[in-house]
Amino acid sequence: MTPASLLPKNLTSKVLVSKSFKVTGRHVLPGFALSLGISLLFISLVLLLPLSGLLIEAAGMNWADYWAVVTDPRVMASYQVTLLMALGASLLNGVVGLLLAWILVRYTFPGKRLIDALVDLPFALPTAVAGITLATLFSAQGWYGQGLAKLGIQVAYTPLGILIAMLFTSLPFVVRNVQPVMEDLNSGDEEAALSLGAKDWTVFRRVIFPALWPALVMGVVLSFIRSLGEFGAVIFIAGNMPYLSEVTSLMIFVRLQEFDYAAASAIASVILMASLVLLFAVNIWQTRYLKRLKGSQ
Amino acid sequence: MSIQIKQISKQFGDFQALKPLDLTINEGELVGLLGPSGSGKTTLLRIIAGLETADQGQILFSGKDVTNLHVRDRKVGFVFQHYALFRHMTVAENIAFGLDVLPKKQRPTKATIKQQVAELLDKVQLSHLANRYPAQLSGGQKQRIALARALAMQPRVLLLDEPFGALDAKVRKELRRWLRNLHDELGFTSVFVTHDQEEALEVSDRVVVMSQGQIEQEATPQDLYQQPASRFVYDFLGGVNVFEGEAASLKSNRLEQGKAWVAFPDGHKAEAGQLYLRSHELSLSNQPSAIAHLPLKIKAVSLIGAEVRVELEPLGWQSQDLWDITISHSEYNLWQPQRGNTCYAHPQAGQLFASNTEHQPRPINWQQGFALIKTA
Repeated sequence: MTPASLLPKNLTSKVLVSKSFKVTGRHVLPGFALSLGISLLFISLVLLLPLSGLLIEAAGMNWADYWAVVTDPRVMASYQVTLLMALGASLLNGVVGLLLAWILVRYTFPGKRLIDALVDLPFALPTAVAGITLATLFSAQGWYGQGLAKLGIQVAYTPLGILIAMLFTSLPFVVRNVQPVMEDLNSGDEEAALSLGAKDWTVFRRVIFPALWPALVMGVVLSFIRSLGEFGAVIFIAGNMPYLSEVTSLMIFVRLQEFDYAAASAIASVILMASLVLLFAVNIWQTRYLKRLKGSQ
Repeated sequence: MSIQIKQISKQFGDFQALKPLDLTINEGELVGLLGPSGSGKTTLLRIIAGLETADQGQILFSGKDVTNLHVRDRKVGFVFQHYALFRHMTVAENIAFGLDVLPKKQRPTKATIKQQVAELLDKVQLSHLANRYPAQLSGGQKQRIALARALAMQPRVLLLDEPFGALDAKVRKELRRWLRNLHDELGFTSVFVTHDQEEALEVSDRVVVMSQGQIEQEATPQDLYQQPASRFVYDFLGGVNVFEGEAASLKSNRLEQGKAWVAFPDGHKAEAGQLYLRSHELSLSNQPSAIAHLPLKIKAVSLIGAEVRVELEPLGWQSQDLWDITISHSEYNLWQPQRGNTCYAHPQAGQLFASNTEHQPRPINWQQGFALIKTA
């Protein structure tokens, strides 16, 4: 017998739910249609429409022109330097971000909350400010630059500078992706592994790390995608020498300066496609991985 | 392997989780640590395992001091309430984990590990689930896999922290019997933590009741049930009715509260205190008797189960809780008490805690002195 059938007939939902509050479907709070509508409108206006505009602009070119623009040797060189530096920066951030998330979640120490807040600084700071600051620091007369110059390392106005700028702007992605997952880790898993005789490093490698892996990959990929498109922070420190330290987003800017909107859109479309494909691929992979972990609900 | 706990204590901040306590667990014994939450039972278990370190005291396994031994070197099997299975590993990989992480020299070959995993899966009767992931298992299956994983290391001590706490009633019953059989078959020393007195009494060889970081009583399930050593144990085991009263006069054998009274059998002097009476240590009739005048009003009658459970409210006297008395179905059929009826309770056996004492109650038995008056 269901609880409802235990109630007298006249005491069913009619009386328990007042007339003014009409429950639609099986949801307690109404408004699915309205909230979905607003969300879709917002996404269309803010995200999809500008992107379509970009693609339409690029579509104005014929295929041969498009191909010529996006495979221009100078642009190709920019792809190379952007991809390599973004890859380096996101991998480095993967390591440092994981470590940072680890100490923020696992330990208490004075200044922990300050560090936790500082992690978001790259999000809050205008990227141009970051770029100028980094350029000053790493220039030959800067605090870091002086020391590094003695070692024969030049950071400012080289691809290495691009890497530093990308590191700075994309650090929060890894930390903020990994941190909540790490907080939710079940301490029982680690204790179980220890009681089965596992060494500390084995526990990390075989029990903790696989649980963090999806979030870490997501963080690294987001950080990579962010780095691909980074402009403000990079151009101040990169030096922007053709074929050497020009990033792709700068190439777009250069084309815009030449009033060649179609070419700018064409190059932009390449970055857009790369980012989208990567984002979707990682999302699909992550969903599959988590499905195995959490069952197929 | 025997376990000896000597003067172990533990403090978390301001909270004294364990006051210095001693306990010896014999080889091959199955001991239940029973107590409410916050009584320190889980802390004690975790200290035995090495997952927690004691502030003071010593732990000995078969006479060998293991107090400062790391959990990974104590070689105990530990089973967690929420299973703690590795979610990204299959069932077989989970069970093999302990063998897989052995140092190279001690590690069995891949084939041996595979065979041992198969044997363990067979033992827990889940061979068909070897390649599933934990998320695809039910709670009972998960806990059996967790047990198989612990057993893979062939521990001489198995520690279980509320192993059945997260399971539903039917699976719980099934699993605790299964655990008991497994324990008898493999002969390791087991300690398990529970807050369920029925579970502790059914499974254990010996039950250790804990409260506020101390051991209240350690006894076999029979002794514990028949002779609870303190008010706390009585209350915790449950199913007890309390009559609080004072001696009618100086040499009287009557314990009374207002107009209600209980007369003790010959040779027992009444003194102010609480009389603890289990629900099956009382009989019920529609007339008072020579041994007691305890009028009660029937609040509810439950006919479900092997016995009839009657819930009663004191009539003209006070009791903190409603009384519960169980009578047989045949007795019920004799006079069919109904809700709202007035009836009288007659004690057959009970224990008297004198006022302001927590321990050592005085057992009182009416069946020897008085001929019990049954109502027809």
